This record gives sequence, C-alpha cells and structure tokens, in this order.
Amino acid sequence: MPHAESPETAPDAPAEAVMVPTVEEEKPNLEDMFDSESDGDEFNSSAPNPAPVAAAPAAKSGGNQVDDETMRQFYQRLFPFRFLFQWLNHSPAPTTDFMHREFAFTLPNDAYLRYQSFPSADMLRKQCMQQVPSRFEIGPVYSTNPRDRKTVRKSSMFRPISKELVFDIDMTDYDPIRTCCQGTKICNRCWSWITMAIKVVDVALRDDFGFKHILWVYSGRRGAHAWVCDRRAREMDDSRRKAIAGYFELLKGGDKGGKKVNAKRPLHPHLERSLKVLREHFQTDILIDQDPFLSEAQSTQLLNLLPDPTLNASLSKKWSSAPDRPSTSKWTDIDSLASTGTSKTLDPKALKEAKQDIVLEYTYPRLDTEVSKKLNHLLKSPFCVHPGTGRVCVPIDTRKLEEFDPFAVPTVTELLGQIDMWDVEHKGEDKEGEEGKKIADWEKTALKGYVDFFRGFVAGLLKDEKGGKREREEGTTAGADAMEF
Amino acid sequence: MIRSDYTRLDPKRRNVLAPIKQQFAGEWKQQEYNHRLNFYTVPPTAEISLEQFEEWAINRLKVLSELETCTFRNRSPEETATYMAPLLEKHLPLHSNSSRSSALQEERRKDHYSHFILRLAFSSTEDLRRRFSRLETMLFRLRYKDDDTRERQAFVNSLDFAWETVGEQEKAELGDELRAATGSTWKGNDDEGWFKVEWERVPELVEQRRVLLKRGMAYVPVREQMSLVVSEYTRRLEVALEQTARALPRLDEDDRLSPILSHLSRSFAAPDAAYDSSSALPGQLQPHAGNIDALSQHFPLCMSHLHTTLQKTHHLKHFGRLQYTLFLKGLGLSLEDCIVFWRRGLSDKTDDQFNKEYKYNVRHAYGDVGGDSNRRGRGYTPYSCQKLLTEALPGSGQQHGCPYRTFSPDNLVAMLQTTGIHDRDVIKGVREDVGKQRFHVACNRVFEFAHRGEIKKVKDGGMWSASELDTILHPNTYFKRSFLLKHLDDPAVDVKMED
Repeated sequence: MPHAESPETAPDAPAEAVMVPTVEEEKPNLEDMFDSESDGDEFNSSAPNPAPVAAAPAAKSGGNQVDDETMRQFYQRLFPFRFLFQWLNHSPAPTTDFMHREFAFTLPNDAYLRYQSFPSADMLRKQCMQQVPSRFEIGPVYSTNPRDRKTVRKSSMFRPISKELVFDIDMTDYDPIRTCCQGTKICNRCWSWITMAIKVVDVALRDDFGFKHILWVYSGRRGAHAWVCDRRAREMDDSRRKAIAGYFELLKGGDKGGKKVNAKRPLHPHLERSLKVLREHFQTDILIDQDPFLSEAQSTQLLNLLPDPTLNASLSKKWSSAPDRPSTSKWTDIDSLASTGTSKTLDPKALKEAKQDIVLEYTYPRLDTEVSKKLNHLLKSPFCVHPGTGRVCVPIDTRKLEEFDPFAVPTVTELLGQIDMWDVEHKGEDKEGEEGKKIADWEKTALKGYVDFFRGFVAGLLKDEKGGKREREEGTTAGADAMEF
Repeated sequence: MIRSDYTRLDPKRRNVLAPIKQQFAGEWKQQEYNHRLNFYTVPPTAEISLEQFEEWAINRLKVLSELETCTFRNRSPEETATYMAPLLEKHLPLHSNSSRSSALQEERRKDHYSHFILRLAFSSTEDLRRRFSRLETMLFRLRYKDDDTRERQAFVNSLDFAWETVGEQEKAELGDELRAATGSTWKGNDDEGWFKVEWERVPELVEQRRVLLKRGMAYVPVREQMSLVVSEYTRRLEVALEQTARALPRLDEDDRLSPILSHLSRSFAAPDAAYDSSSALPGQLQPHAGNIDALSQHFPLCMSHLHTTLQKTHHLKHFGRLQYTLFLKGLGLSLEDCIVFWRRGLSDKTDDQFNKEYKYNVRHAYGDVGGDSNRRGRGYTPYSCQKLLTEALPGSGQQHGCPYRTFSPDNLVAMLQTTGIHDRDVIKGVREDVGKQRFHVACNRVFEFAHRGEIKKVKDGGMWSASELDTILHPNTYFKRSFLLKHLDDPAVDVKMED
C-alpha cells in the first residue's frame, strides 16, 4: 500500500486529488480554443501573434495548442534535461535524490501517470520523447523507488522524504479585485500583482528564513511558481511547511467573510516591510491602472472597509455627486475630508490602520497555500510548455523582475522556428563552437538566456550542496555505517 | 589522523551511555521525582504488580480520551482546563512540591509508569503514535500551564536546553522590530528577555507571526517559553515512539503483558464524531438526483450555502464540491445519482468539460477510482464539524467550510434570515457564540430553534432518549435529525435515530 494513499493523507487530500484544484483551472479544452471569450484574448493583447501552431489539427490531441510532433521536437532538441537532472540530483553522478524522485506525466489523451521515476536524465528524456506528455510534474523524493512502491513489504517503507518548498501564485485568486481581465486572461497591468507577490515572498524567504536558492518560474499563462531548493527547505516536514504557508497568509475569509485583512498592531516586521514595498505599487499599479473604486458598487465596497460612519457618509455624498471620479482622487478624498474635521468621532489611528489594511488587501500576495503545505504535492516542472498558450515555463530572474514580460516569453513554435533559422543562416559554416563543442539546439534560440540563467542557479546550488555534504559525512561516518546492517 | 580522532571520541561516547546502562544493569531501584512535570526520558526500572500495570494504564487512557473529546467538542483551552481538572484529580492526580502532599512520589511514579505503558501500547502503528503524541502533548501543556511558576522554572532549567539568550547589544539593535513581532508592550524596561532558536523549533509561533525571524533564527520572548518547551516535548516523544516501535518486535517479555497492551490499544478506539453509515436515510426514502432540492430544507447552513451557491452560479470550487459531494454520499445518494446531480448542477459546463474535469473527483470521493486503499476504503468519509472547523479558511471565490466560522457576523445573520430565522434572541445568541468562536454551539442553537416544536414533542412524549438529542457534531447528523423530527407523523419514517 503506497504511502500517498495511506490513511494519513487519504481523507482530506489523497495524492491524486491533491492535484486537482491546480490542474482544473488550467486544463486545456476545446472550449478555450474556440471561445474568444477565454483564451484568445491573451494573444490579441500580446505582441504579434506567433501563428498558432495548430488551430484545427491540434484538436485531436485533447485541444492542445501544441501538437504532439512539436512537443516531441521540443523534448528532443530544446528541453534542458541535463540541467534539470543536476538541479534535482544535487551531484554529478545519479543519486537517490533523482532516482527516487516522482514524476507525473500528463499524456496527450489527458491520462495522468503518477509515480514515474528515472535512473538518469537520458531515461527521462527518452520517455518524454516516447509519450510526448503535454507537461510533467515533479513530486517528492521517496524512501524507495516510486516504481517499486507496490513491492515494498510495509507501507511505511514507501514515504515521501524530501521536496523543495514550493509556492504557487495564480491570477485567479485576484479575480475579485481585478478590473482589467477575468479568468485565464492576463495583461501587463495585472501581471504587476505577480511582480509584487514575488518581491514580497522572495525577500521574506531570504531575510527571514535564511533561504538562498530560490528559483522563480513563469507558469506559462498567468502565474508564477517558486522552488526553494536549500537542503534545509527540502527536508521540512508538513508541519514546518504549514508554518511557512501560514506566515505568508494574510487575507482571510471567502467572499462573505467581510474585511479580509485585519492585521495586528504593531505590524509584524514582515508585514511592515511588505507594506513598504507594496505602497508604491498601490499608488500606480492599483489606483491608476486598476481604478478599483470607480463604480458605485466598488466605492461602497471601499467604504465598508473604513471605520468611521460619519466620515463614510460625507465621502459617499461627495462621490455620488461625481460619479466618474477616479480611484486616485477618491483615495486622497479620504484623508482630505478626514482632516476637515467633519467627523467628531473620528479616530485617526483607526483610519490610518484601516487604510493600511486596504493597501494590503489590494496588493498583498494571494498564494495558493495548499500547494506549499504538503511535502507530497506535485508541481509542474520548469521548462515545460503550457498546453494552452504554448509558452515555455521559463525561470524569472528576480534581479530583473520588473522587466519580465510574460508576453515576451517564447512559445515552443517560435523556438523551433529559430533553430531552423539559425541553421539556415549558419549553413556551410563550421558547426563547431569556439571550444570545439557542437552547439546545442537550445543555444540557437531565445531559450538560451533562460537556460543559462537556470544553469547558473543550479551551479550555485551544487556548490553549496558539495560543501554541506562533506560536513555531514565527516560528522556521521562512525554511527551511520554501523546502522546500515 | 582520522583513526586517532575516533579513539579519542570513543570513551566519550561510552561515558554518555554509561548512566543509562548502569541503570539497566544495576539493581532495580526506585527513582526520585524532583519535579512535578516529566519529559519521560528515562524509562521506569522498578517492579510493579500486574494489577497496577493495567490499572494505571487504564486511568491514564481515561484522561487521554477525555482530552480528545474536548477537542472534538471544540472546547477552548480554558474550558478544557476546567472540565479536565476533576477528572485529572480522580484518575491521575499530580501535585506540586508546595502542596507538601505525602503522596507526591507515589503520584509521580504512577504518572511516569502509566506514560511508558501506554507508549508501549500505542507505538505499533503510525496512526496510534500520532494520536498518542498529540494527546500526551495536550496533557503536558495542560499541566505545564497550571504548574507553580517557580517549580516550573526549576523544571525547565533542569532540562538544560541549549537556548541562546539574546544579548543586550543585539536586543538594542533589533529594538522595535523585536517588539513589533512579538506584540510586546515592553517599553524600555529590560524585564523581558528573548531566546534565539532555529525557527523550525517553534513552527506554531512562526505560523501565527508571533516571533521575529532573521536569517532562519526565531527570536522567542521568554513568555512564549511554553511553546518552546511543548514543541521540544513533542519532538522528543515522537522520536522515542519511533524507537519504541522499532524495538517492539524484540520486546523481551513473558506473555502476560502483550494481551494487556493490545487490549489497551484497541480500547483507544476514538469516541469519534465520525460519520456513521446509519445516518443515511431509511430505505424507501432513498435520496436521488431529483429530490436533493426538496431535501435541502433539512441541510445545515454549511451545506445549504453550498446548495444555493451551486444553484445560483452553477459552479463550486474544488473544496466546496468535495465537501458537498461527501455530504450527499453520507445522505445515501448513490454514485450514479450523484454524478447526475452534479451534471445538472454544473449546467454551464459542456459534457466534455464535465467528464474531464469534474466526474473523476466525484468518483474518487466515492472510492470508485484511485489507489487501492481509496477503493478499498470506499472513498473518503463525509466531513465532520470538527474537520470543517479546523481546515483552512476559504479563499476568494471559495465557499466551503462552516459559515458560522467563515462568514462575517453580519453576513451570517443575513444568511440566517433568508432561511427564516428572525427571532431576536436566537440571533443575539448566535452572535455571542460566534464571537466566542463556539461555532457548533451557534449551529446547534439554530437547530434547536428551528425544530423547537418537534423537540418538545419527542422530549415530552419520551419518544427519544437524551442521547438522541445530544449536541450535533456532524452535518449528516444534523440532516438526519432534522428530517426525522419533521416527519414524526409520517408512517414511512418509522426509524429512530441510531444507537
């Protein structure tokens, strides 16, 4: 009996079902393809449309934007399996960190294959080329090889041991406050929420928790994932993961929960720092770009979050006489009316705190915390292709976070085109690079920058792992060896 | 080089082990108990009679199961303490040194031995281990709280934790941040101290943002020491339980103990507020896809909210669907009917979408698909109030959970009024209950009001026993009781409540 299905996880989140909430929203389907309401608009608002690979023919493979042959080419020529291997393996020769790692494939017919594992990067590549999964996900390292899970004698011998701490930020969670787009659509204006979230979470992970190796990855459509790869993070049990998820969680309550942010004062230093970062974004990205209090319903919503009834009444009077007043003015109205002393009961401190809470409600990261809480939760691998958009899930360089443009991320078809173009341009030239190596196909494309970045990230991780490992081995040789038998 | 290092280490190791070894090898002597609290690091070594062995274990077990009941009933820590005090005094008294009781040593011996006996009994499976350590932690926390302050400090000092105290200079540097993080009202006087530990050791403080974090270190104020001590207690107990489990097969014993031990672990069967299959409806009233709407008048608020949301929006998010599907399953709705019900409910979806994205989850919840154990266990159990009240709060767009907990009071009252609850006293009571976080009390209050006539009738007529009108702790119990009460005169419903 495999552990993932043992009673411990089964009642609330059997491993199969854990996946569902994240998958559900992104699953490609025919509707999305032909319905201009949903997916099409992303392309309209983006730069020149890279000739959708396959409008009609793709329909056979479950409505994917990208057909199987393209995917096969992608896995064969572009996917950086070697660096993915190094990333998960933490050392040059295959270790159980990689060999006992679970992969889960989503096949072109939408079947979902769990508990795949591979002895080497090559074997992973081979299976990808054979089965052309539309995507694959990465799960935890298990105590035994996931493929052998049915042969272990006791269920306790098959249990998840380690996995990167992961985060998932998805634009859907912002729908109630998003005015520019809904559902699967995004634009550069709402992408700024993802930027804000990355800023806030990244700095906290580094400064508060002391993590160093944090990889941010574009999820291919309208969100981002984080992989915290430090050993200390990988080895956390569920209670520690839950603690971190809770540390980041600020917005509470569903649609009927009323005011969503009720932060304690004085603000916890993490929130104080976040507020400092988010305040600027609130002025531009929210008040100007989103104009979230424009309509009457929206400004009533704003008033509901403010504490003083008398002040609210006069604000409401003022705004109803100027229906088109933009949010920026409405936001400054709060303070200017408050300072005129219209309300005798006004508590300036309560008002200031309520305004802070509002800033946080409209800017603070909305994480899908379920993903982070469980050691055995799976997450889509970096460099997969998003089946709906055809875009590659590339890493995001946080040093140039503001420059990241989801619409500039290459699609798989563009990339394959670039290889051909490069080959034509360099026809007849010496195929050897400067160091006498054959130039890999990904180096001929726009993927190069992203792969190079990933390679640098992995190298940094490996360097730390090497140091740590020696220490551990020296410390435990005597005792551990004796235990083996 | 390396070799010489080892030889240098070896005698040290032996030294560390020596006291314990001596204890086992040497004569069986009585231990001294200096402190009321005990981390149970050293196993008992003196002899006790078989009767004591069983009696002490049963006494402790009684205390632990009562503690568990308290969590199921959602009692607050204070209520739990009041409720437990007489029980503890009866079954497992443990007095402080200052009480000068003559039975001090005897009490502590019993506490010590009974803990280790249960440890043996509950180490065999992971499930039992987890429950045991959870309840023992609760017990420890309870005792820790009501311990004499000075004696408690002496106990903590005796444990010799390597906690680093934050120095004056660092304290000054961090200043405001320290105070903001810990919500301290401390202004300038140096009374309050801080410890510095790896954050992993105080996960619950981190989760609630009650400590300052810097580069992986948590700054814990002295008054949060309990959290540190308790988590250390749990951590050590968990390690020890694992070790016991591994040693269990090699337990060198005559066959007098194992029957007692296995009997003990069996009787630890939870007084669970779990779903009971008999809360399905009697045969001829089988629910089907077509009559759910009619039955929904008997639903508790958590489920009628999901029902109406589904009707209004034709959609529910994952956890809402799961919660509702399991409830319907608990009603006795067959898998086929449940699929039909959802197909109709999610009317905005195409057949293709429904089959691909929704049907599997329904089948999974019924145990029709999924791994071996899911199928064998026939899917998941309908959620109890306990479960609904402890899971994460719904995010935006999500509707699951218990409305008494997830709704703001105003929205809750508005919702109650749409279901016909206008009585001012009831509404006021609900507001008070919710304010005190006694959500299930509020729910039961509403139930009792909505069924006041019928409840009076069955009480006066002596038709139902008191246990059949016990506090409702499961949405399916709510439904069934409501249904039966409203059909008292219906000859088709000639079935009484379970038990």
